[in-house]
Amino acid sequence: MSVTSTSPSDTRPGRTTDPALRGPVARPGSRLLHRMVWLRLSLLLSAPLAWMVLVYVVALAALLITSLWSVDSLSSEIDRSWTLDNFRTLLESEVYRNVTLRTLGVAAAVTVVDVAIALPIAFYMAKVASPRARRMLVVAVLTPLWASYLVKVFSWRVVLSEGGLAEWTGLGSPGYGLTAVVITQAYIWLPYVILPIFAALERVPDSLLEAAGDLGAPTGMVLRSVVLPLLVPGIVAGAIFSFSLTMGDYITVNIVGGASQMLGNLVFINAGAANNLPLAAAIAMIPIVVMLVLLSAIRRTGALDNL
Amino acid sequence: MKNTLRKGRVATACLALVSVSVLSACGSSDDDKKTEAVEKVGKTEGKVSILAWPGYVEDGSNDPAVDWVSAFEKDTGCEVTSKVYGTSDEALNLAKSGEYDVIAASGDLSLRLIASNEAQEINTDLVPNYANVYDFLKDTEWNSVDGKNYGVPHGYGANLLMFNKKNFAEAPTSWGAVFEKDQLAANKGKVTAYDSPIYIADAALYLMKTQPDLGIENPYALDQDQLDAAVALLKEQRQYVGEYWSDYLKEVQAFETGDSVVGTTWQVIKNSIENPDVDVTLPTEGATAWNDTWMLSSQAKNPNCAYKWMDYILSPEANAQATEYFGEAPNSPEACAQTTDPKHCETFHAGDEEYAKQLWFWRTPIEKCLDGRTDVQCTNYAQWTEAWTEIKG
Repeated sequence: MSVTSTSPSDTRPGRTTDPALRGPVARPGSRLLHRMVWLRLSLLLSAPLAWMVLVYVVALAALLITSLWSVDSLSSEIDRSWTLDNFRTLLESEVYRNVTLRTLGVAAAVTVVDVAIALPIAFYMAKVASPRARRMLVVAVLTPLWASYLVKVFSWRVVLSEGGLAEWTGLGSPGYGLTAVVITQAYIWLPYVILPIFAALERVPDSLLEAAGDLGAPTGMVLRSVVLPLLVPGIVAGAIFSFSLTMGDYITVNIVGGASQMLGNLVFINAGAANNLPLAAAIAMIPIVVMLVLLSAIRRTGALDNL
Repeated sequence: MKNTLRKGRVATACLALVSVSVLSACGSSDDDKKTEAVEKVGKTEGKVSILAWPGYVEDGSNDPAVDWVSAFEKDTGCEVTSKVYGTSDEALNLAKSGEYDVIAASGDLSLRLIASNEAQEINTDLVPNYANVYDFLKDTEWNSVDGKNYGVPHGYGANLLMFNKKNFAEAPTSWGAVFEKDQLAANKGKVTAYDSPIYIADAALYLMKTQPDLGIENPYALDQDQLDAAVALLKEQRQYVGEYWSDYLKEVQAFETGDSVVGTTWQVIKNSIENPDVDVTLPTEGATAWNDTWMLSSQAKNPNCAYKWMDYILSPEANAQATEYFGEAPNSPEACAQTTDPKHCETFHAGDEEYAKQLWFWRTPIEKCLDGRTDVQCTNYAQWTEAWTEIKG
């Protein structure tokens, strides 16, 4: 609709011809908002910002504060005087270092496995399959998300148990332990890796591949120098999902991890069993710090710019 | 724009500070906790919420044949909701939520509940069935403080050794089956152990019998050297452990399939296992054990129904059913007369004080040595918890 239009049917705000609605009150209000940029901005942002602050900043601040408290061993009452003892324990005790490294190792392994499986599946879905088959495949990838996490992990416990499905295949079962954790976690987070890669691949125009082919590039080269660089944001997004989700998980380790423990277990034991909430909070800071370091490193490479 | 951002940051910081101070201000109120005993039982509230070990509060939903809760509900009109827990540590945390009226607590939990003002003194006059209970279970070190009783006895039993006959030429009779290298080697990766710091006492008990020069008198009273020895033994065991259990269903499944073949257990777990090769024994060294009492929460919302429950579960009929199902000694001779297996009380040596002395009932390790030593400082539960994290690695 053109600006000069005077049609009475034009009911856009501020344009109405009804004097009652144009009232003198609205004018100073909008004029004020127009002049005061920060007021307009803060009114607009206050609701989502308050939510963000409540959910993230306050929760993290509370976590940090809690980690500076300590606990009375007999009554388990929290002592609210500030101390760095918990962090000293984390730094000095070898066990926390080992568990952190183990957790990072498992998270990295799960991420590598997931990306390796997700790439060909996502490529097939985005570039090879017919539109009909593509829809079916998306549904197939999403279906496991509808089942309960616990059901899936306990199924893996049965599969990996002695005389279970894994043994019937003739390949043998790895038994309960870190291998079992990697397998189970890789299965559980796979959809979260496939989908972003699929989305990134779908954005790569077919004409680009055809042009590369017309210019004489062999398939490997097309994949390597055309597709892969365009895929990096998708891969990074998927990798962040599987890495951070694995790092925070404790249920899978509890069920199929055998005697091994990961960071999540230590948080769970200290928060849910040993009643040492301050130490649990301190341990929970480890994955947060790791993710912050990781994200800033990734940001520096520029992989996040297109997300 | 820069300015806006900075203002936002200041506001954020203020908000964070305000909320943190609010957080620390609340949460510590003891106002709604009532630790003195009541004078009389009033009108029942129509419901009661119970926190207990698995197998203590059975309403037929696990096994239609095992149900003593429905009778209680019919008699008193108090509807029972219950939650099971896996370790005493977990129970302490749950009890602090204030959502439970009655708590079944073992010796390693009861003192901690009392120390943190989570328990209410019990007026045993209001629990008529308390009169039947064996005298040696009453007013024990772990349910009374300063002459005040905080728990009425439920039953007691041992942490037994469970094994799969197929993996043993001869049935093991000693805890050596889970602590000695040469015996462990055959079952590498299939050994299991109870996942709680209190399991350190099992190792201490074994050392007490096999290495007398360590001078362990009581597995819950360990000085630093003794704790270190127990930790070393458990670290060695760790190399052979397939998994630790705290969820009893996990142990049931592991022994059913053969993923675990030897380790500590409770009789109730053995009872749930259908594999005929799985058997249990009380080793010659004796065992750690639990002695459970029903405690009343200081935050109980339904204290009257709670008193009704405590009286009911102490009654010979209910106590016989619950303790026989769990596999432990009942709390009274009258209950022994009511068990379906006439030999039950004989098997579990109910009322046998001498036998009970062979068992080392769970206690909370504290700095003041429980065995009476005054020349050293003992290790406390927090140190045991730290050691346990370290053992598991």
